[in-house]
Amino acid sequence: MNDMVGIVIVSHSKDIAKGTADMVRQMVGSEVKVAFCGGDPDGGLGTNVSLIIDAINAAWSPKGVAILVDLGGAETNSEMAVEMLQPERQGLVVVCNAPIVEGAVMAATEAAGGSSLDEVRAVAEELSAS
Amino acid sequence: MLETSKPSEQIITGNVRLVHAAGMHARPAVKLTKLAKRFQSQISVRVADAAEWINAKSIAKVMGMRAQRDAIIEFKATGMDAEAAVAALVELVAGDFQDAER
Repeated sequence: MNDMVGIVIVSHSKDIAKGTADMVRQMVGSEVKVAFCGGDPDGGLGTNVSLIIDAINAAWSPKGVAILVDLGGAETNSEMAVEMLQPERQGLVVVCNAPIVEGAVMAATEAAGGSSLDEVRAVAEELSAS
Repeated sequence: MLETSKPSEQIITGNVRLVHAAGMHARPAVKLTKLAKRFQSQISVRVADAAEWINAKSIAKVMGMRAQRDAIIEFKATGMDAEAAVAALVELVAGDFQDAER
């Protein structure tokens, strides 16, 4: 099986979310599914639970999804989004404690090697451990 | 049972000059790690004569390598596909990380 953990990027800013996704795609390649969301539906800064749910489902993989977030609200809304997923998906999503850009690049690199969700999260979080 | 030294436990090494203009920065590091992860062998990398070897499959470690342009990069690998691994990694660095883009 060539499944790879999917990567979701959630930022208060749509530009940051999109830019991060662009960087990941360019540096790591397109074999890893990357989805992003950012900003309020009305175009301001913020995060939105239903957009996060859509992003998780867009990046879905049998191996699960790793979410990278910027600040507190993104994490809270991401956790709420997870609770609203189909039950069988809930246990396969993690929110990483990592800087959003560097964490996303490293998580995607690890995911591209076929690593498990736990391994992907561990790699993203290596940056915060130092 | 006695452990005997199998051919697959030989250490294969290779080295190559890093010609990439910006040294081992993030993008080459990602390519190197991705390539290393395709092989079964244990693979280590370091700037020649550095104190410690780094796990070539660890993106965090490889990104932290800080190899400058013109540094000599050393690889060593043990395992069934060690020779192929070292050859591929040496080629990647020698070719300035221009691997086939998907």
